[in-house]
Amino acid sequence: MPSPAGVGGGIAASTVRVAPTLLKRGRPRFADRIFGTSVSVMGGIVLVVIVGMVVFLVLEGLPAMQHYGFFSFITASRWTPSTAFPNVSHPNPYGILQFIYGTMLTSIIGMIIAVPLAVGAALVITEVAPQRVKGPLSGLVDLLAAVPSVVYGFWGIFALIPAIKPVVDFLTTTLGTVPVIGVAFQGPFFGVSYFSAGLVLAIMVLPIIAAVCREVFRSTPRNEKEAALALGATRWEMIRIAVLPRARSGIVGASLLGLGRALGETIAVTMVIGNAVLHINGSIFSQGATMSSVIANEFTEATEPFHLSALFVVGFWLLIVALVVNIVARLVVHRGVAL
Amino acid sequence: MTQLAVGTPGFRNRPALRRRRAKSAVLVGLLIAAVVVAVGVLAWVLVYVAIQGVGALNLGFLTQTPPGNPAAAGGGFYNGIVGSLIIVGIAALIGIPLGIGAAIYLVEYGRGRLADTIRFFNDVLIGVPTIVTGAFIYAIWVTRFGFSGFAGSLALAIVMLPLVTRTTEEMLRLVPNELREGSLALGATRSQTVMRVCIPTALPGIITGAMLAVARAMGETAPLLLTALGNDLFTEYNPAKRMSTLSLQIFDNAVTGFQEGQGRAWAGALTLIAIVLIFTFVARFFGRRVRTSNA
Repeated sequence: MPSPAGVGGGIAASTVRVAPTLLKRGRPRFADRIFGTSVSVMGGIVLVVIVGMVVFLVLEGLPAMQHYGFFSFITASRWTPSTAFPNVSHPNPYGILQFIYGTMLTSIIGMIIAVPLAVGAALVITEVAPQRVKGPLSGLVDLLAAVPSVVYGFWGIFALIPAIKPVVDFLTTTLGTVPVIGVAFQGPFFGVSYFSAGLVLAIMVLPIIAAVCREVFRSTPRNEKEAALALGATRWEMIRIAVLPRARSGIVGASLLGLGRALGETIAVTMVIGNAVLHINGSIFSQGATMSSVIANEFTEATEPFHLSALFVVGFWLLIVALVVNIVARLVVHRGVAL
Repeated sequence: MTQLAVGTPGFRNRPALRRRRAKSAVLVGLLIAAVVVAVGVLAWVLVYVAIQGVGALNLGFLTQTPPGNPAAAGGGFYNGIVGSLIIVGIAALIGIPLGIGAAIYLVEYGRGRLADTIRFFNDVLIGVPTIVTGAFIYAIWVTRFGFSGFAGSLALAIVMLPLVTRTTEEMLRLVPNELREGSLALGATRSQTVMRVCIPTALPGIITGAMLAVARAMGETAPLLLTALGNDLFTEYNPAKRMSTLSLQIFDNAVTGFQEGQGRAWAGALTLIAIVLIFTFVARFFGRRVRTSNA
């Protein structure tokens, strides 16, 4: 038998193979339906995962919630697993208010630093930089998002904290002695702190906010910018008059997206916050813990009664906070970009 | 806006113009300072890790497992590198096809409220903390089958899924409708049109998105703490058992307080950054149109 591997044979074979699939009506339609159904199922997985997360976190947290009461977790601010006993349900030794506080405080510090920098960077990339520089510049800012969280945490301990120590020591001796507001800036500063965590978070969310802002700014109609410049506006005036007014809701949405990321960031924060779980610390330079850091820290060593279940309660509240912030952010961004 | 009113005498007033120009220069200078800070921090991180890591990076680091005692010298993160590759590899095998499938649904099949809802919650899932994803996999998988590399893969697949869906969707939307119409007019079915026309057309962008998702998964640590757990005793090739990853080993060794352990962690950080950056750069090479951030 001659080998069918000749060139002519190949063409003939492919002609024969293609024709039936195009002409026969029955099989392709059946395959079509299977294909359509399976991609629809894949599309639905996202919803299943999100609903599943809520359900399973509640289920795992249920023993602790039933034992101590649903709201007792967010009204107490002491986390002392060693004082948990199976037969004692009051007071709740798994108060999580100080973690919510830590998550909020670190995220707010991060946002205060990151939002102006990100908006500035995005404006430079879209409006100020020469055409040739724009691409590489936005690539570099994006690279900030590529550095893994664990590396930021490690770098934070050994490079960032020693670098900010003199500045913070100065602040604790000046601002820290001012009446009333001094409480928030009191020392001593051991390096690991809410403030250090906030700084690292700022670096991590900056590229996210900048990327969204960039797209928002880019949607400014070109002729409005040109009109502003033609009327004699300086570059800054053009930005203020043509670019920023439309971008307001986009910037808010971008910031909320960054906030959503900051709230859930775990490893880097765990490495630089000090993991002081006992109570709320008023000073931003003191050690603390966040919702995510306590889960990462104690999860595999949770041996006390209801300890693991209580960590799932923390996870549940973290998920709720993250979902709310992200949903609001997406709604604002969608509207902002559409405008 | 008053400063801009062309008809006012101030517009031709030289000192006023000079003042406006100076103000613009100062503010634009501040904007540029913001970029310099951002890029400067990036350079600081990369250079610092490189300097710290190069000292401890050698062939032994890439081919040996850590010594039993974190204070001891020598050894490496071979088991973590292997673990990262296996765990992320399985995660990619699960997450990428599902993400592409979901994107095909959103662009080619989905209509109306349901598709909008799925698109919306896909974006929301991108923002869900990965530690929560880890806790979720712990609840549905680890409580039944124990800590394992595969559990880690499941968690990372959930991290990757919405990222892949999002970039693939954006790429499929760029495929001109004329191509679809042409294909259907030639008698191809919808699935044939998608698989032989739309996907091949969008492929560079899809690959870019998938590789960026892989890079992101490579760097994840938090969900693996709750799923793969880590294993520094020996090199584990079986994903049904607990496994170490590069990121877990960096985390563990960074906080040991021993110089030798920290040295290994720096070498690990350098290795991890190198892997992630290679993926990021190769991904960019494939398609420049994809957003490279995970916003």
